Amino acid sequence: MTQLSESAGGTSTRTVRASFLANENVRAVLFQLLVGGAVLGLVWYLVDNTMTNLEQQSIATGFGFLDRSASFAISESAIPYSPADNYFRAFLVGLFNTLYVAAIGIVLATLLGTVIGVARLSSNWLVARLASVYVEVVRNIPLLLQLFFWYAFITGVLPHPRQADNPLPGVFLSNRGLSVPVPEPHPAWTAMLIAVAVAVVAVMVLSSWAKRRQAKTGQPFPTLSVGLGVLIGLPLVVYGAFGAPTALDMPELRGFNFRGGARLTPEFTALILGLVIYTAGFIAEIVRSGIIAVSKGQSEAGLSLGLSRGQVLRLILLPQALRIIIPPTTGQYLNLTKNSSLAVAIGYPDLVSVLNTTLNQTGQAIEAVAMMMAVYLTISLSIALFMNWYNARIALVER
Amino acid sequence: MNTKALALAGVVLATLAAPALAGETFDAVKEKGFVQCGVNAGGLPGFANTDSEGTFVGLDIDFCRAVAAAVFGDAEAVRYTPLSAQQRFTALQSGEIDVLIRNTTWTTTRDTSLGLNFTGVNFYDGQGFMVPTNLGVTSAMELDGATVCVQPGTTTELNLADFFRANAMSFEPVVIEKLDEVVEAYVQGRCDVYTTDASGIASTRSTFTNPEEHLILPELISKEPLGPSVRHGDDQWFDVVKWVGFALLEAEEKGITAANVDAMLESTDPTIQRLLGVDAGMGEALGLEENWAYNAIKQVGNYGEIFERHVGVETPLGLSRGLNALWTDGGLMYAPPIR
Repeated sequence: MTQLSESAGGTSTRTVRASFLANENVRAVLFQLLVGGAVLGLVWYLVDNTMTNLEQQSIATGFGFLDRSASFAISESAIPYSPADNYFRAFLVGLFNTLYVAAIGIVLATLLGTVIGVARLSSNWLVARLASVYVEVVRNIPLLLQLFFWYAFITGVLPHPRQADNPLPGVFLSNRGLSVPVPEPHPAWTAMLIAVAVAVVAVMVLSSWAKRRQAKTGQPFPTLSVGLGVLIGLPLVVYGAFGAPTALDMPELRGFNFRGGARLTPEFTALILGLVIYTAGFIAEIVRSGIIAVSKGQSEAGLSLGLSRGQVLRLILLPQALRIIIPPTTGQYLNLTKNSSLAVAIGYPDLVSVLNTTLNQTGQAIEAVAMMMAVYLTISLSIALFMNWYNARIALVER
Repeated sequence: MNTKALALAGVVLATLAAPALAGETFDAVKEKGFVQCGVNAGGLPGFANTDSEGTFVGLDIDFCRAVAAAVFGDAEAVRYTPLSAQQRFTALQSGEIDVLIRNTTWTTTRDTSLGLNFTGVNFYDGQGFMVPTNLGVTSAMELDGATVCVQPGTTTELNLADFFRANAMSFEPVVIEKLDEVVEAYVQGRCDVYTTDASGIASTRSTFTNPEEHLILPELISKEPLGPSVRHGDDQWFDVVKWVGFALLEAEEKGITAANVDAMLESTDPTIQRLLGVDAGMGEALGLEENWAYNAIKQVGNYGEIFERHVGVETPLGLSRGLNALWTDGGLMYAPPIR
C-alpha cells in the first residue's frame, strides 16, 4: 500500500491516509468494528422487522403463554404432569425426557461401542469380521430409517396386550412395551439408596488410601474385592435392618392395558435402540483407532516388565488411548443428544415433540423454536465443557 | 435436528426476513394472477388429495377453485401449497399463502392471537373415535385406560385430554406427527383407539383394506367447524373469500347448479339476479367482476354439488349431509342475504 501511494507520487494528505490504513493494528480494529457493526445491524433489522410484522398482523408475542394451561396429555414423564398443568411444566417434562434419553444413550453407546471397537481388533477372525460388518451396516443406514425399523419391529412383531408373552411371573412383553414388577414403596428403599451413596464415598476413600500406602510401602491392597464387598454389603445390611420388605407391585392386565409395575414403552425402547446401535458404530471406530495409535512397543515393554495382559491394557494401553479417544467421542455424544430430537417421528415425547405441540396450540412459533435451540445449545455446550475438562485431566502432564 | 424442525425453522426464518406487509393481499393476488392456497399435505381423501393424474381434488380444493373462479374467472388459477398441521398457520402469517383451506377448526385463539380471520365454515365436523371391532367397545365412555393414537398440534389433542378429564377416565396418548405413521401405529395395534375429526376418520377408514373391521363410535366429543382463513390486515380479501363461500350456499338454496346456471341468468327471482350479476352491484361492492358468483358456480358447482362429489353418500367416505345440510333442510349451512 505504502509503496503504491509513493510510486503514484501522492500529496502529503494521501500519504498520511495510506499510512493510516497501512497500520496493522488500526486495520485490525477497523475491520473488527465493521464486521461487528454489520452483524449487529443485521440482527437489529431482523428483530425489528419481525416485531413490526407480528404487530401488523396482530400476532401475540412474548413468553406469557408459558403460564397458560397446556391442556394436552404427555404419554411418559419423569415428573408428575397432567393436562391441567401449564406449558412451562410441559416444557420441563420434554426437557427431562430428552436428558433422560441422552444420558442413558451415552452410557450404553459407550459400553457397546468399546466392546465392538475392541472386538474389531480381536485375533479371532469371526469376532473381528462380525464387528466389521456391524460397524459398516449401522454407520451407513440413516438413523431415521433405523428408528422406523425398530419402532415397526416392536409394534408389529410383539403381540397385543391380551395375548402378551409372559416369560416370568409378572413380566409381560407386548406391543405396549415391557411391564415388570417393582417393589412397593417402603422406607427401606430410600435408606438403601443412602447406603449406596455412603458406600461409594467409602470405597473412594479406601482406594485413595490404598494407593498412597502402595506408593509408600509397596504393599498392594485388595481394593477391588473389599470395595465390592462394601458396595453390596452395606445396602444389604440396611435392607435387613428395615425388615427385608418383599411386597411387589405386579403389573396386571386391566381393561385395555397393563397397570401397575414399571413399563418400558415401545417409543422409548425404539429410540434408545436406534440411538445406541447407531452411535456405537462410530464410537467403535474411534476406540479401535485409539488403541492402534498406541505404539506396539508400549505393550511389549509392559509385558517384559512382567505385567499381565490385563494390567498392560488397563495401566498402559488405555490411559494412552483415552487421550486420542476422548475428543472425537465428545463429538459423538453431542451427535447422540441432538439426534434424540428424531424422537418426534416415532412418538416419544421429547423436548422437540412437546415444544412442537406447544408451538401449534399457541402459535408462538418464534418463541418455541428459540427455546428448542437454546436448550440444545446449552446441553451441547455443557457436554463439551465437561469432556474438555476430562480431556485436560487425563492429558499427558509434561514436566 | 430432523427435517420437520428444519422446515419449521425455515418458515420461522421466512417470517423474520419477509418485508413488512403492505396489508393488501387482494391487490397482490390480482397482480400475480393466481391464488396461493394452503391445503392438506397428508392427503385427506375427500377434502384434499391427489388423484391418479396428480391433480388435487376434494372439498377444500374446490373452495380454493371457487375463490379463483370468482376473482379471475378461471377456477384453474390456483397454486397449492401442501402444509402439515404444524406449518399451516406460520405459512399464512408469513404471506407464503393467500388463503388457508385445510380442514382447520375455527377457534378463539386462532381467530385472535394467531392473527387469522376465519371466513366461515365449509364443513361442520366433530371429533370421533375409531376402534377395531374385535375390541368389543361400543361407546366412548368405555375407553378408560385406553391407549389413543393422535396427531400433535391439533384441537383433537386438546379435546381428547378434555374429554377424558371431564369423565374422570385415564388414557395414554401416542403422539405421532405424520398421518401415515400414526395410522400405521393404530393398524399395528400400538393403540386401541384412533381419534380425529369424524370426517377424517371416515376418510382414513375408506383407505383400509378391511374397513368393516373398524367401528366409528357414536359419540362426537367436540364441535369442529372447519373453514377457510385469511390473515389479518386485508378486509377486502377477507370479504371476497367469505362471500364466495356464502355464494355457493345461496346457489344451492336457490337451486342453481353448474348445469343450469346459464338458464338461471334468465330467472326473474331478484335474489338470483343479484347473485349472478344480472342485477349489478354485488361484484362492484366486493371489487370483483359482476359475474364473480356465476363463474364460481359454473366452474365448480354449488355447495351441495361439491359435497356430494367428494364426501357424500356416493363416495367412499359415504357421509350424509347431517349438520352440513342447508338450514332449510334442518342443517346449519346458512348464508346471509346477498343484497
